[in-house]
Amino acid sequence: MAEHLLEIEDLKGYYRGIFGVIRAVDGVSLVVDSGEVMGLAGESGCGKSTLAQLCSGSPNPLLHYESGKILVDGYDIYKTDPEVFRTEVKARHMSYIPQASMDSLNPVKRIRDFIMDVMTERSGERPSKQEIFKMAGDHLEELGLERWIIDRYPHELSGGMKQRVVIGISTLCHPKLLMIDEPTSALDVTTQKLVIKSLADLKKTEIIESMLFISHDITVLGQLCDRCAVMYGGKIVEVGSMDNILENSLHPYTQALISSVVSYNPKRMGKGGLKSIPGAPPDLRDPPPACRFHPRCEYAMDICKTDEPPLKAVKNGSEVACWLYYR
Amino acid sequence: MEKILQCENLTKIYTSGLIRTKSVVAVKNVTFDMEKGEIVALVGQSGSGKTTVAKMILRLIEPTSGQIIFNGENAFSYDKCEYYRRIQAIVQDPYSAYNPFYKVDRVLEEVFTLYKNGFSPEKRREIIHSTLMRIGINPEEILGRYPHQLSGGQLQRFLIARPLMIKSELVVADEATSMLDASTRAGILNLLLSLKEKEKISVLFITHDIAQAQYISDRALIMQNGEVIEQGPSERVFLHPEQSYTRELFDSVPQLQKKWEF
Repeated sequence: MAEHLLEIEDLKGYYRGIFGVIRAVDGVSLVVDSGEVMGLAGESGCGKSTLAQLCSGSPNPLLHYESGKILVDGYDIYKTDPEVFRTEVKARHMSYIPQASMDSLNPVKRIRDFIMDVMTERSGERPSKQEIFKMAGDHLEELGLERWIIDRYPHELSGGMKQRVVIGISTLCHPKLLMIDEPTSALDVTTQKLVIKSLADLKKTEIIESMLFISHDITVLGQLCDRCAVMYGGKIVEVGSMDNILENSLHPYTQALISSVVSYNPKRMGKGGLKSIPGAPPDLRDPPPACRFHPRCEYAMDICKTDEPPLKAVKNGSEVACWLYYR
Repeated sequence: MEKILQCENLTKIYTSGLIRTKSVVAVKNVTFDMEKGEIVALVGQSGSGKTTVAKMILRLIEPTSGQIIFNGENAFSYDKCEYYRRIQAIVQDPYSAYNPFYKVDRVLEEVFTLYKNGFSPEKRREIIHSTLMRIGINPEEILGRYPHQLSGGQLQRFLIARPLMIKSELVVADEATSMLDASTRAGILNLLLSLKEKEKISVLFITHDIAQAQYISDRALIMQNGEVIEQGPSERVFLHPEQSYTRELFDSVPQLQKKWEF
């Protein structure tokens, strides 16, 4: 058993099409240890969903895996035989819930028949109905849903319920690693809290070991994650414990991102404290050379324009890719 | 302070079907008023009727009962052109507010059709340029481009130029910042705040995001199932909510400073 559940090394994934080559993920290294919840933060277009898609092993048609290594629980997913990958690794070792996946439930099938299909596909034979329904019912109950939900059609459920049903279905085989992409972005705050609680329960009851949680909302990440990686322009700029990221962030981009977040404070009204980041995110067809944040960075130095900063550990335990901290 | 907008017992019932009529009460007895130069936040979860209120104020749908008084007169008694000169909207999705086949300038040029005798082309140009400068956009950089060449934040900022150009008194911002990233969202919120300070524009800020409402508003209304259940100065509503629903709602908002216990 590998100690690192997910190990990504110098991963590159580009979109290729008539629009040219978009370097959406360009040299990312990341490790998710067994038993931790890793958050992935960043603005839209920074490559966080692309990274998850690459890790899922089935990237969308225009997205190409270029180079690098992804090890999921010891399996190199782009070198494993696809058939083995589909039957062995997927669902048992890892599970990926893409964005807007709550719309992926089949509208003309009851949840239980959908679960039946999934389990048939996973195990290669048709399992007994009673067994599966009992197992699925128990499983959904652990997520805080009622048992009768498996007899319903998707349109009878609310958005939050559908999202939790999807989370339930994708964790039926107790995968070790769950990768989940923006599970709460379309939900109200009260349902968002329920979904996050379900995810925390999954971890607590040891149905899953670790999680890669992707969200643009850093306040949501703060509720659930142990560690957090911040992406910008296809690269990781800072990795550290969630508390470090929120309170003692080092990279200028992380600092700017945190100071631009509007957060509810029940004790004090804050007016005019927000700062926006000047400029626009880079066009990844033609990203700025060296450090990709330098055109928008207020601390930019000469070296930032010529040499790319490596991701290095600094004294508070975080890893930062910025020339400010080492030279 | 003079009142710019008064809504009295606004009710909207949507009905569907001919024989077996189904009806949905979208908005029920909503009463509130807005003062000049004030930012009022209308907060509620999805399906609580926020957008229906906005649509009625914008005269896009007619209320089933109740009235909307704008500057002392019934909103539906105004001439349409005059009404839209004084009230403008900013919508959620900046990408669909533009026609992708036309340059972005058209969105601003079209505002002038609200005036019957219009302006000369030079005058129009001048108004557009000076307004864009005022909201921190470099006109040379953006005019003459197509919507797909600009980012969401730029497009949304550009749309805010519209009410400014014709000196509108009220802006209805329906989820104007929900589709933007945190870093650009802060810019738009600050822009709205500065417009309130400098130009005395009133804003009805409709949102589901409690954090944004707290940041921007002077007064807040909390809606639940079509009814306004709590209203008052922001400080009172956000720091000392009275209704149990409001408290529950605020409890589920993730905060930077505090972690939930599970």
